[in-house]
Amino acid sequence: MALHVLESESLAALVNRSTGISAQKCYQCGKCSAGCPAAVGMDIAPNVVMRLLQVGTESADQKLLCSYSIWLCLACHTCDMRCPMEIDLPGIIDVLRSESLRRGAVNPRARDIVAFHKSFIDNVRLFGRMWEIGLIGEYKVRTRHFLQDILLAPSMLVKRKLSLWPGLHGRLVSRIFSRGPGRLEKTR
Amino acid sequence: MKMGLYPGCSLEGSAREYAESLRAIAPLLNLDLREVEGWNCCGASSAHIIDHAVSLALPARILAQAVKQEMDEVLVPCAACFNRLASAKHELAADPGVREEVSAMIGMNLDDNTEIRNILEVLDKVLTPDIIKSIPNTFPHKVACYYGCLLVRPPDVVRSDKPEDPVVMDGLMKKIGATTIDWGMKTECCGASLSIPRTDIVGILCGRILEDAFIRGAEAIVVACPMCHSNLDMRRSEVERTTGKKFSLPVIYITQAIGLAFGLSPDVLGIQRHFVRMGLEARNKVPQKPLAKEAGS
Ligand code: SF4
Ligand code: SF4
Repeated sequence: MALHVLESESLAALVNRSTGISAQKCYQCGKCSAGCPAAVGMDIAPNVVMRLLQVGTESADQKLLCSYSIWLCLACHTCDMRCPMEIDLPGIIDVLRSESLRRGAVNPRARDIVAFHKSFIDNVRLFGRMWEIGLIGEYKVRTRHFLQDILLAPSMLVKRKLSLWPGLHGRLVSRIFSRGPGRLEKTR
Repeated sequence: MKMGLYPGCSLEGSAREYAESLRAIAPLLNLDLREVEGWNCCGASSAHIIDHAVSLALPARILAQAVKQEMDEVLVPCAACFNRLASAKHELAADPGVREEVSAMIGMNLDDNTEIRNILEVLDKVLTPDIIKSIPNTFPHKVACYYGCLLVRPPDVVRSDKPEDPVVMDGLMKKIGATTIDWGMKTECCGASLSIPRTDIVGILCGRILEDAFIRGAEAIVVACPMCHSNLDMRRSEVERTTGKKFSLPVIYITQAIGLAFGLSPDVLGIQRHFVRMGLEARNKVPQKPLAKEAGS
């Protein structure tokens, strides 16, 4: 189950091994990018992600792993729903994100986004259920954005939209987190 | 109808009014909800980004708990949780190898037949003609039904037959007397978990949604997802800052609208917890005869 990456392996091959999708299926119609709500902030449009996978050279792969786009993807599934080839782009992007993390190639602009997801997972690992104050606290420490949303918290507390204490359900999930990191591959 | 309930974390925190309104209307709909005991977080928007195996194991453990408690059906009101549970179920069913690995990870058996139901499916089933007849009030307002992405996509995973133009929520709102608008943003994404790290993008996306609903004359947006709700409601000042426009459109949960039609008070339904004030009221179905007239007759 653990991911044994062959260092010589191309990203397209890794994507294929993890998702069963062949990047060559994409014929660059651009429908994915046309409907992507996150495209406004992306450095590489979704169809270009597919194109770079097809190119497959070391520099194309590097460009993909260091792109900001892979972190902006909202997993909204607009692209694959409209893709004439039914290519699961958000599934592919998930593979690219974990590979980017694993190789330490994360785009510096994505620091906050990655910090958010890491804080989320840490929170679940510790408490078993999401504790929002803990999540926001850890996010602030990781990003040093101490003042962000400082005005939101008091009204959330008044509206009782935040619990002051975490529930202690960590033991429920400790087994799930006891293994090392790694992606589960499909066995097809 | 007896049914399991997986509330998910947000219904105990930032979306507690969603839970309050659901629990308030359930008995009126003959819905007997029993919470899945020992539930854990489903990993929602982050696990699939960091670790695919964990993103399957967290929902799988919830499914296994439901099976252990002999639940045939589990209602998952949070659209994000629903999507994660349905995705995990889909992937586990498609691949026996993955199923075995995940089963080992959680140390529980995964041979299940528990069905995962979202709030719209369940409401559609329990709002029977008889119940509709018994509802004392109507909610005679023009609303925009906003589905977002998680309830309708990917269509094969969440079993939605009209992922670009869903109509279930519109049908439900019409049943309680509302009019629904035709609009273009029904299933556009609200920006989801970028709410914290890229509030500006959420501002742009939610601005488009609010503007379209407003231009087409909606008096409120109706949602069935805690993430959509908090992006459209709690992030309103950022939306206004990003777009430079003011929007007074309130955002309510479908369970709250139904609760109002049942004659429940806004407080019981948690409407006072919203950031954007909602002044829409339900009206009695049979208008009371004016007192003066009655005295005269
Ligand atoms: S929609 Fe599909 S086929 Fe068209 S460019 Fe995007 S991924 Fe390629
Ligand atoms: S899933 Fe990602 S890439 Fe696809 S449309 Fe949504 S944000 Fe864009």
